[in-house]
Amino acid sequence: MIQIEKVNKWYGSYQALVNVTESVAKGEVVVVCGPSGSGKSTLIRTLNRLEPIQSGRIVIDGVDAYGPHVKLNAFRSHIGFVFQQFNLFPHITVLENCTLAPTRLRGLKPSEARDEALTLLARVGLAAKARAYPGELSGGQQQRVAIARALAMRPPLMLFDEPTSALDPEMVGEVLLVMRDLARDGMTMVCVTHEMGFARDVADRVLFMDEGKVLERAVPSEFFARPEHPRLRQFLSDIRTPFAEAA
Amino acid sequence: MIELIDTYWLYFLVGQYPHGPLGGLALTLILAVLGLLFAFPLGLVFGIARVSPWRSVRWPVTALIQVVRGTPLLMVVFWAYFFLPSLTGQNTDQFWTMLTALVVFDAAYLAEIIRAGIQGIGKGQTESARSLGFSYLDAMRLVILPQVVRNMLPSLVNQFVATIKETSLGYIIGLTEVSFIATQINTQVLTRPAEVYLLLGLTYFILCFGLSRLAFWLERHLQQRTMAKAHA
Amino acid sequence: MTPIFDLNLLLTGTYHDWLVAGLITSLSLTGISLALALPLAIVIALIRLSPVKLLQWSGFAFVEAIRNVPLLAHLLFWYFGAPELLPTALREWLYARNVEATSAIIALTLYTAAYMSEDVRSGIRSIPGQQFEAARALGFSFVASMRLVVLPQALRVTIPPLISQTLNLWKDTSIATVIGVAELMYQAAKVESATFRSFEAFAFASVCYLGMSLLITGAAGWYQGRFPVRTA
Repeated sequence: MIQIEKVNKWYGSYQALVNVTESVAKGEVVVVCGPSGSGKSTLIRTLNRLEPIQSGRIVIDGVDAYGPHVKLNAFRSHIGFVFQQFNLFPHITVLENCTLAPTRLRGLKPSEARDEALTLLARVGLAAKARAYPGELSGGQQQRVAIARALAMRPPLMLFDEPTSALDPEMVGEVLLVMRDLARDGMTMVCVTHEMGFARDVADRVLFMDEGKVLERAVPSEFFARPEHPRLRQFLSDIRTPFAEAA
Repeated sequence: MIELIDTYWLYFLVGQYPHGPLGGLALTLILAVLGLLFAFPLGLVFGIARVSPWRSVRWPVTALIQVVRGTPLLMVVFWAYFFLPSLTGQNTDQFWTMLTALVVFDAAYLAEIIRAGIQGIGKGQTESARSLGFSYLDAMRLVILPQVVRNMLPSLVNQFVATIKETSLGYIIGLTEVSFIATQINTQVLTRPAEVYLLLGLTYFILCFGLSRLAFWLERHLQQRTMAKAHA
Repeated sequence: MTPIFDLNLLLTGTYHDWLVAGLITSLSLTGISLALALPLAIVIALIRLSPVKLLQWSGFAFVEAIRNVPLLAHLLFWYFGAPELLPTALREWLYARNVEATSAIIALTLYTAAYMSEDVRSGIRSIPGQQFEAARALGFSFVASMRLVVLPQALRVTIPPLISQTLNLWKDTSIATVIGVAELMYQAAKVESATFRSFEAFAFASVCYLGMSLLITGAAGWYQGRFPVRTA
């Protein structure tokens, strides 16, 4: 599904990604973690070209993302992206947030888009809020709508950029629940997150990044039980959290 | 154009002075300075009255301000021109007519700036001053207004720019400010109206643009100081 | 004996017709200038927000050059000055038509557009960049993201200040009197000099200006109630 080959990215003289090579199979759930400034958000943002790269290649579902002939908008519309800050459109209702792209970009009829959106909103537990405006919802609810909005484009791949970092602690659970549900249905997912409980229970593979490099990759049991790289050991002890037990 | 400036620069700057009344750019500036100077205390009183807790004070002043703000300045000038003499019982010349109109008009606009400033300070300041035992007016005078006036410095400079532009309406009642003088120069030269009025525009521009840059700079300076304080 | 306030003068007859014609001219000036200024303002705002330095700078220069010169000087330039710069044939064509109204509309349009472009610009800038990014991530093009996500939100923020600029435009039409456009102020002065009933003539004009101003202010209030600015 995703092939990342020798990707390098600089912000001026600062190198944010160093020779990153990875691949993600269809149906796989990959969690990316690492300290802040490690390049994990940058990596996920390069996958749908929110950030340009300076060298290397990213192929998604057979499409070379940075190739010369890629139709950027169509390409992006096949990748669901969930932001840390939700970024719902505040001037239209929850339902309209979920039907805007399907009617305009997938060519659905308004009634079809509406039915699909309501199904998705029901799936994230927010069918009752369809007519509300984003400003009237809690952070957790907004993030669930943002997931439904991304799903409405029927993407084969979902990217999550720290989806729970901006939430109050009591709202983290409801968002993770929706993400677990998606994973169970076989969605291919790449999640940048600090939720180690989620990583251990849901991920097929966990990547650890620091200073723009992927330092370790392993299945969760190995990753947490036998971390090899000293930086990862340090990182895990730094965030030795009650989450791992509670989640 | 050089020749034009060479011949008329003194007339442009001061009118017929010293052989006649002062006019030109000097008169424009004097009018603007006096206008703002007299309008400020009036605007302060109006602004405080706008947020007064007493309805009998708040309502009439609010109505007056709304009426003035809904009326063109030129209308105010005409009213002053035709009715000041019958009001005061003596002939009012163009200078005092224009100055009166400017003061009334500017006071209404300043009042709104001051009202916004007072409301921007927030209830907490009034409440803490009141809880210390200050009367309403003392709380205003000692706590609220000093903050408002300091914050409104950039707005005051901008209002001064607006006032300079407003003085040009004196032209219509024959006041010999700089626009009027420019038209007189144009009638004397006759063949170069575009140049004469470009020079007029340029004069206003240099004056007003300089001042509005100053306001911009003051605003940024004030913001930075507030932020520095917040971090300290 | 003539009454103290001759209402009949205003309700019927020649003078009534003069005044109403003036009112209609004022309204037309406002309408035409607004229709021209709005699109111009949006274009200038987009130019100022473009990534090209030269465009940004020229947009800035345009706005500042216009805002820092009084409308009266603009009117004098467009009426007396600018036609001299035109080729003779075009000038004569223009003089055969309504050169006063044309000059007034040009001056009012440019003046209003300069102010409105600043409102549009700050409206667009007030929408967080992530909104644009989220739209792009869904697969919308630059233009579609602007049209469907950024501009609708910017519009909500921008309409109230645009309405208050329209109020300024309405009041500013009165200044077109100086170049002899037969608008409301001009007609009121004409009735005044024909009848010496200054109070009636100016009362009529004042009520018209004020009434229209209240309508425009009311529209702004209604809009803000009907379409509140929503933030997440």
